[in-house]
Amino acid sequence: MTRQPWQTRLPRLTRRTHLAIPRWLLVPAALGSLLVAVPILAMALTVDWGNFWPLVTSEASTAALWLSLRTATVSTVLCLLFGIPLSVVLARTNGTAATLLRSLVLLPLVLPPVVGGIALLQAFGRRGLLGDTLDVLGLEIAFSTTAVIIAQTFVAMPFLVLSLEGALRAVGTRYEDVAATLGAAPTTVFRRVTLPLALPGLVSGTILAFARCLGEFGATITFAGSLQGTTRTLPLEIYLQREGDPRAAVALSLVLVAVAVLVIGLTRARRDSLAAGAS
Amino acid sequence: MSITPTPTSYAVRSAIAVASLLLVAGCGGGGGSGGQDSTDSPAAQSSSTSATSRTLTVFAAASLQKSFEQIGKEFERAHPGVTVRFSFGGSSGLVAQLSEGAPADILATANESTMKKAVADGLVTDEPTPFVSNTLQIVVPKDNRAGIQSLTDLTKREAKVVLCAPAVPCGAAAISVEKAAGIDIKPVSEEQSVTDVVGKVRSGEADAGLVYVTDVRATENSGADAEVTGIDFAEATSATNIYPIAPLKDATDASLAGEFLTAITNAEGQKVLQAAGFAAP
Repeated sequence: MTRQPWQTRLPRLTRRTHLAIPRWLLVPAALGSLLVAVPILAMALTVDWGNFWPLVTSEASTAALWLSLRTATVSTVLCLLFGIPLSVVLARTNGTAATLLRSLVLLPLVLPPVVGGIALLQAFGRRGLLGDTLDVLGLEIAFSTTAVIIAQTFVAMPFLVLSLEGALRAVGTRYEDVAATLGAAPTTVFRRVTLPLALPGLVSGTILAFARCLGEFGATITFAGSLQGTTRTLPLEIYLQREGDPRAAVALSLVLVAVAVLVIGLTRARRDSLAAGAS
Repeated sequence: MSITPTPTSYAVRSAIAVASLLLVAGCGGGGGSGGQDSTDSPAAQSSSTSATSRTLTVFAAASLQKSFEQIGKEFERAHPGVTVRFSFGGSSGLVAQLSEGAPADILATANESTMKKAVADGLVTDEPTPFVSNTLQIVVPKDNRAGIQSLTDLTKREAKVVLCAPAVPCGAAAISVEKAAGIDIKPVSEEQSVTDVVGKVRSGEADAGLVYVTDVRATENSGADAEVTGIDFAEATSATNIYPIAPLKDATDASLAGEFLTAITNAEGQKVLQAAGFAAP
């Protein structure tokens, strides 16, 4: 069995990084991390801690947080439903068509969210491309929680596809080929070989997509509107509070940061345990 | 290499700015994105022009943009060597920027309570002058499929109505109108700004909204074929917004600031503002 290049190179690389990081790299690295840390710290310092709890547990805030968690969960499930098949198709095909499809699927990643929102309006809006069809089917998407979920799925799916496709390509097709020669049907191969091997990528992709759903703002406000309990997610609530009660906006921002940190921390932990389990 | 210095210098300048910002991070401050523009330009101007040129910086509510730009052009024509710079935005956001040290000479807000905050923060020298007023109007798409004719039509179950959120001034005004009329509008969305409301109506997503007369007028004037129509209603008077204007304490040229204030309040300035839909204060 030939070893993949990364398998032979990886141990040496990790050993080296412990020994020889050029010292001068540390300065820009430290500045880079400070660029993120200082604003977050500054925000934490300006929080009105005396009123933090009442500000964060107000009816509007809890409604927004709850809506965000609910919609992000549903959207993440949708991302998995569409994203896993897409990743497999992209990872196992080559050529112009595959390249084009990849560019298309990853487009929301680089588009400004407002542009995404406008595009969604043109498709699903009352006067959009599918507006009449949806109307006939009795589906009202404008100003509904469904619109929030569509917006979140639209912007978050590329995150899942990107990490899962990367994982699938890194794993390669050798084990799948072996399973197939041993007589396993394509679905069995997919279920028993492909997915388990790419599991770390799938998990981190899922969590990234969930985090992106939580942070979604531009497409939601453009496409779904803003109504407490229905479409006003946490980022929208923060943006609104900024106008009337800046202290509440800061407090809520910190809640969102805390949730995001928790989610990212979860990715690392899961990844490490999966990596440990795999080796 | 010397032909395209801009991208490099931008990157270098940004990197230096970030690094120095982090080094002095303990001091806090920082004007935010709104201040960025104003910190760049004075330096550029002082290096390139003679002593006779002067710059007047005006912070004004977003709804004043078209009229103020027009008046500003007239003002520059009447005052050779003077450049008028504008920063338009939500009134409370502008006041927040000024509190954090953004340099400006004049402040015009879309309501009196925001100006009161600026006065309380010690940003303003004189008593603010009310210069125009604005009232709400119902805005509907041109085809008006929901058949909205009056304020009470907004309570119809099948009508998708969009309002400003109560936290923003136009939302507060909408609530006073509801109270005055004794009705309860159930909006499908509470937007962050007037432009968001107009946008939802303009695109046909919403059947109606409550915005200012000036916003309807601006939208009507913006395209060859108007996409929205405004409908007046009697209760609008219960939510009239008075716009005050005042020179700022940190104004670099108090007399020039005073002259601009006059250009806004005199007959010519008022004519421009009234063409945009504003009424006398």
